[in-house]
Amino acid sequence: MHSNHNRALVNRLGFALLPFALALSTNTMAADTSTDNQVEVLNWWTSGSEAKALGALKDGLSDQGIGWKNMPVAGGAGTNAMAVLRSRITSGNPPTAAQVLGYDAQDWAQRDALSSLDEVAKAGNWNEVFPQPLQEFAKYDGHWIGAPFEIHSTNWVWANKSLMDELGIEQPKTWDDFIASMKKAKDAGYIGLAYGGQPWQDSTVFENVVLATGGADFYRKALIDLDPQALDSATMTQAFDHLRELLKYKDDNSPGRDWNLATAMVINGKALYQIMGDWAKGEFLNANLEPGKDFMCFRTPGTQDAVTFNSDLMIMFDTDDAEQQKMQQTMAKIIGSPEFQIAFSQIKGSVPARMDLSADKLDACAQSGYEQVQAAAKNHTLMGSMAHGYAAPASVKNAVFDIISSFVNSDMPSDVAAEQLAAAIQSATS
Amino acid sequence: MSNASPDRDGGARERLQRWLPKLVLSPSCVLVLFFVYGFIAWTSYISFSDSGMMPDYTWVGLHQWSRLWTSWTWGIALHNIWVFGLLYIVSCIVLGLILAILLDQRIRAEGVLRTIYLYPMALSFIVTGTAWQWFLNPGLGLEKTMHDLGWQSFSFNWLIDSNMAIYTVVIAAVWQATGFVMAMFLAGLRGIDGEMIKAAQIDGAPAWKIYARIIIPQLRPVFLSAVVVLAHLAIKSFDLIVAMTGGGPGNATAVPATFMYSYAFSRNEMGIAAASAVFMLAVIAALIIPYLYSELREPRS
Amino acid sequence: MSAASPAARRGAATRVVLYAILLVFAVIYLMPLYVMLTTSFKTLEEIHQGNMLALPGEWTLAPWREAWGSACIGLECNGVHGYFFNSIKIVIPAVLISGLLGAFNGYVLTKWKFRGHKIVFGLILFSCFIPFQIILLPMARVLGILHLANSTGGLVLVHIVYGIGFTTLFFRNFYASFPDELVRAAQLDGAGFFTIFFRILLPASVPIIVVTIIWQFTNVWNDFLFGVSFASGDSAPITVALNNLVNSSTGVKAYNVNMAAAMVAAVPTLIVYILAGKYFLRGLMSGSVKG
Repeated sequence: MHSNHNRALVNRLGFALLPFALALSTNTMAADTSTDNQVEVLNWWTSGSEAKALGALKDGLSDQGIGWKNMPVAGGAGTNAMAVLRSRITSGNPPTAAQVLGYDAQDWAQRDALSSLDEVAKAGNWNEVFPQPLQEFAKYDGHWIGAPFEIHSTNWVWANKSLMDELGIEQPKTWDDFIASMKKAKDAGYIGLAYGGQPWQDSTVFENVVLATGGADFYRKALIDLDPQALDSATMTQAFDHLRELLKYKDDNSPGRDWNLATAMVINGKALYQIMGDWAKGEFLNANLEPGKDFMCFRTPGTQDAVTFNSDLMIMFDTDDAEQQKMQQTMAKIIGSPEFQIAFSQIKGSVPARMDLSADKLDACAQSGYEQVQAAAKNHTLMGSMAHGYAAPASVKNAVFDIISSFVNSDMPSDVAAEQLAAAIQSATS
Repeated sequence: MSNASPDRDGGARERLQRWLPKLVLSPSCVLVLFFVYGFIAWTSYISFSDSGMMPDYTWVGLHQWSRLWTSWTWGIALHNIWVFGLLYIVSCIVLGLILAILLDQRIRAEGVLRTIYLYPMALSFIVTGTAWQWFLNPGLGLEKTMHDLGWQSFSFNWLIDSNMAIYTVVIAAVWQATGFVMAMFLAGLRGIDGEMIKAAQIDGAPAWKIYARIIIPQLRPVFLSAVVVLAHLAIKSFDLIVAMTGGGPGNATAVPATFMYSYAFSRNEMGIAAASAVFMLAVIAALIIPYLYSELREPRS
Repeated sequence: MSAASPAARRGAATRVVLYAILLVFAVIYLMPLYVMLTTSFKTLEEIHQGNMLALPGEWTLAPWREAWGSACIGLECNGVHGYFFNSIKIVIPAVLISGLLGAFNGYVLTKWKFRGHKIVFGLILFSCFIPFQIILLPMARVLGILHLANSTGGLVLVHIVYGIGFTTLFFRNFYASFPDELVRAAQLDGAGFFTIFFRILLPASVPIIVVTIIWQFTNVWNDFLFGVSFASGDSAPITVALNNLVNSSTGVKAYNVNMAAAMVAAVPTLIVYILAGKYFLRGLMSGSVKG
């Protein structure tokens, strides 16, 4: 075994590879992350319509001569992206900007990590054009820190039109009609509800049910004010009963399914409905389907008077680099501009975050959605979505996810679920 | 190399030679002290602090620890790691030993078979998780395949059953690590002295008796090494869970490693995350330190 | 080879059963790889209609081409090839440097023992066992201070640091059974510290070098946690790119492209295992497992 052959081999290995390794490692260590005239935007927009919508921003920037450095971090519904963001900030090497939701923007602002967008906001009259409930998240301590891309509503039902016609289903107006129509689909051998079993999706459906069951005031008291009495109440128990009823109409293979794959089930005519935010529409449009003709969109029955919203905010990280600062301001300006707001929402399926635009260029779903958002903003029924971090901070949101997902994936009784929910929120806020 | 200079000054050179071993060892020691023990100390401190989204050095005593122990998900994670760890270690050892014994019977093409049993170890779970998830998904994989082949009553839906999902994770994990355990046992078998076996054979002892009485007892050190390696792999398993179930359905397959990641990075509860990490570390230490101690004692020769 | 396997004297029937069992296991072990490979050569229609276990009816290289060069990850549609080379840039220096450090450590800890050498070894070894999630944030801070954040260089450092434990373990156990007399004889002949190492120990270390390379190469190449945390974006390793790709679905999951990308990520470690597999057992026998 200790032959000359081996010795020669090792000598060659040792002496030939070592300088190579050292050269390679110093080479890679010197590799700098300099971003000349480039913005680096951390995001988890990786589905078809999301990526395409982001492309609108990339194009807008390149018109201004600004390059784009891709930084998608997929998986875990943004968890990986948030881990990366912390790692980048901790290392003192933040990206130019990041896509975040609700309370996350506030958390970063609280740590003094963000650039102020006040100048752009003033020039664009942001205080007037963006609705108040959204400003509560895009502003910190009176200063603008986030540029809202759009407003998504989470209380939408997406339906396959030809399936509805085939089964003779009218658009349901009440919860009972809604359930009855799914039963019809199930009896005919279809799946009533296309369902993605991931915690945030479970909770998106749950918040729809809470709003439909208890109305806007109850939603606000329970999920935004986190009132323990509302959380552990007969109404909440009833909401869980409704959720349980709804779950009868999903298929068995739902656990772990991505939202866009559930949307595809509606598109392909395997399932009748999906309860999902209006980003789902982007997938229909991507498949060249027409709203009203090929697919239907309507507010979840029982929630017609209110809108639960979320909005992607672009936050910009504080930097000493004057050029980066300038690019950040340009980017914020583009995002806030009327043209971009319309163009972006056309692709992503949302409605503009500005309330002062003409809806002419939007499709039928978005036109009615835009009106409803405007009306809800006036009537104080435009409320933050729990499942998307616009109702409560991350610790509470995830505590809610725990209970809802356990409820969905077990046969936990409704009253126990309500009790557990109140207890979990209590513990997360302690 | 530093000792290449001619020994003009013999004393200096000798001193250098005396210090050289420690000098060579020191970079590793510095790296390990700082990056391992320094970070452990930091983490322990954080578990007593008010850290939320980012580290915060305000001391809050045992607050985070009591929140950890009253956390419902932590209870699930602990339960899962027991179930997972125990099944994983026992299955890997039993299967690994059986395969090693079978392979030790002068098998033709032993090399090929060994490579086949060993290759899962080469693959990342980010890679095989994709395949496993697909394979175990009732609507796409094995169940559908069996239905297509005409076996309509075949049912395998553990991946989406919150009571059974943890067992699918065990299956994939065992698939990955058995080959490695087999290789350890095979190495152990090949190292056993043949004389005793020959004597027993001459006495006419049946094969199973030879294994049970003579061979397996001699593999004790291998068992110990295997348990230690597998136990620490089990406690650290993360990629596997993330790729296969993402901790779901619900929290049904949450384990301490995914718990920690989620509390640190998506729940903004770094204090609790740190406390859970320190706890994991303590459990690992309780397993490893006695093992290291017994390994590092003066040789019994 | 073992001197006299008891089963050698049994009849042919036992042999048949033996081979049958081994073959069944082999088939089970190969199944996931087989499914990945065949799927990566199928068209999407065939995947949706056909049987998972069937061979491709019509072989196509398109998924591989797409995975390598044109699959979309977020907004960019350049496939995974750039990330593949990132991983190579990370794995080669990380494996060689941590291996070399481990070899030196093992050499010092067995042949140049000093007071407390066991404690030092214990301390180094324990680093194999820490849960990695918790070091993410302090590590990020340190990498930032060193200006290594978000670069492959930073990942090299991380993998060296957390690889030392295992490489030291392997070499220390191997050198423990290396005869001290040879070292002492060389010392009497006037050979110095490095001469002894490079001339006497290293040439005899082939089995353990192979074990170390296999182990480290696999760990570094397959790492996901460090990669996603410290090198997102352009310097990301292949595992991170694969994860992004698999999660970048556009309504219809392109299983064939996903599987092809997964195979691209798997090929280097598979080659290492297949080529060096037989040395692996020899390496295990020669000390890394005290049998």
